[in-house]
Amino acid sequence: MTALLEARQLTVGIGGREVCRRLDLCLAPGERLAILGRNGAGKSTLLSTLAGLRPAQDGEVLLAGRTYASWGARAAAQQRGWMAQSQADPFSSTVLETAMTGRHPHLGRWDWESQADADLARAALAEVGLAGMEQRETPSLSGGERQRLSLATLLTQAPQLYLLDEPLAHLDLSHQIAVLEILARRAREGAAGLAMVLHEPGLAARYCDQALLLYGDGSWEAGPVAEVLTAPRLSQLYGHPLKVVADGAERWFIPA
Amino acid sequence: MPSRRRAVAVLLLLALLAGGSLVTALMAGSISVSLPDALAALAGDTTLAQGEVVRSLRLPRALAAFACGGLLAVAGALMQVLLRNPLADPYVLGISGGAGVGALGAILLGLPVLGVNLLAFSGALGAILLVFGLAHGDGSWTQTRLLLTGVIVAAGCGALVALMLSLAPESKLQNMLYWLMGDLSQAADPWPSLLALGLALALAAPFAREMNLLARGLAAAQALGVAVFGLRRLIYAIAALATATAVTTAGAVGFIGLIVPHLMRLAVGNDQRLLLPAAALAGGTLLTLADTLARTVVSPLQLPVGVLTALIGVPVFLFLLSRHPR
Repeated sequence: MTALLEARQLTVGIGGREVCRRLDLCLAPGERLAILGRNGAGKSTLLSTLAGLRPAQDGEVLLAGRTYASWGARAAAQQRGWMAQSQADPFSSTVLETAMTGRHPHLGRWDWESQADADLARAALAEVGLAGMEQRETPSLSGGERQRLSLATLLTQAPQLYLLDEPLAHLDLSHQIAVLEILARRAREGAAGLAMVLHEPGLAARYCDQALLLYGDGSWEAGPVAEVLTAPRLSQLYGHPLKVVADGAERWFIPA
Repeated sequence: MPSRRRAVAVLLLLALLAGGSLVTALMAGSISVSLPDALAALAGDTTLAQGEVVRSLRLPRALAAFACGGLLAVAGALMQVLLRNPLADPYVLGISGGAGVGALGAILLGLPVLGVNLLAFSGALGAILLVFGLAHGDGSWTQTRLLLTGVIVAAGCGALVALMLSLAPESKLQNMLYWLMGDLSQAADPWPSLLALGLALALAAPFAREMNLLARGLAAAQALGVAVFGLRRLIYAIAALATATAVTTAGAVGFIGLIVPHLMRLAVGNDQRLLLPAAALAGGTLLTLADTLARTVVSPLQLPVGVLTALIGVPVFLFLLSRHPR
């Protein structure tokens, strides 16, 4: 089976600094990868490179076995979704219109959104708990609602590969779990691949099967969560001593 | 998000209003012409005494006003998308400033209308290329850099315009001021601007849905499969050439390019597939009516039409702002 996403000897830099050096990574359908690191370690930069949105310094990124350039922007967007950290929208629009933008790569140049597209968007909005808010104007949404609208847009796009930059930002605890459950279901039932930037190692251990640690100086470690997410490694990663608390099969990391 | 059917209905309604404004422009003036006579003269009836006035004076001017209003409104809507800034208008990037320098220079030199138009268009092109070149310099071409470059070029052009005004002899001042405020009395040939309007809409139409995404954000649009760098260049080119054509024909008519896109956004939503043609029709209608007023309210004197668009535009815009606090 071809990997959904593959990085080969990938070197990514920003502002004259290396984010990761010669990174090798492979994400198969159904696999979930957590990317962890300190603020400013370059997690978002790496994620947008993996999404084909910025050039790598060296090495290559393959989407389903081919480079982004050989797919072309539209064909790539049919398979790969990318959720950015929230940004301000200068023009007001409704929640439903925003979610519908996810259909763009699936529509031809002269197509208008069909009823089926609207139904997909409504279903996605219901899935993230925004049912009944379709006609709300986006500036009136709270930070958490906006975050869930971004996710609904991504679900409406329905890609195979999900690249998510801090999908849990602004969310309360119950919505954090709800969002992770939605994503896990897409991976399980839709054979989707997930790569997401997370700040909570416990949730990463619970919802992902691989983890990538970015140390901020170009060095990195990747592997199964059970091996990579350990108290000594995470203490070094965050520069703060952490200890592990186990509850059955689950492990949580708390500041010492 | 409008359906295709609703979009067609809205555009038909606006087209009717546009037709109404054009017929009004043919009827009103120092010699008033009745509706049947105006239509008969249009149809080619040469027996009427006022037929010549309608056909060779009022019709070209009304069509030029319509085309320029449409061009400015489309250019404004495109600039707002390009800069992701609701306060952008066609002049924010210095295009009218460049045209102004050219036009005033030509008037100062005593060139005929054709020369004024030629230099105005060259000035606009110069400003377009200067802003593009400078903002493009490091390849990043960010909205902020583009906006700042444009504003600075516009300020420089403003200084040159002020310099020329202060050096100009009394006899040429009125001509120069009318150009700066926007004036259609010199607009003899409407076809270049009508053609430009059709071209601008035809070029923008295939990319209208991609523009919707671009207005929401560069990276998000790129992730959804929009070739953002090419698209931004295209938008800049369409908006700049539309603005250059409009100011060459009518001078720096204000406010159409700012308020018409906003009015239409409030009325029909922010889907560029509907917004761009709707803004073209509404902008054309508004400028045609404003120009008709400009040559009739204090007849036989003619006011510069830009004064009227501003007098109508300012209160309408303030009203809209107070109704829709952001």
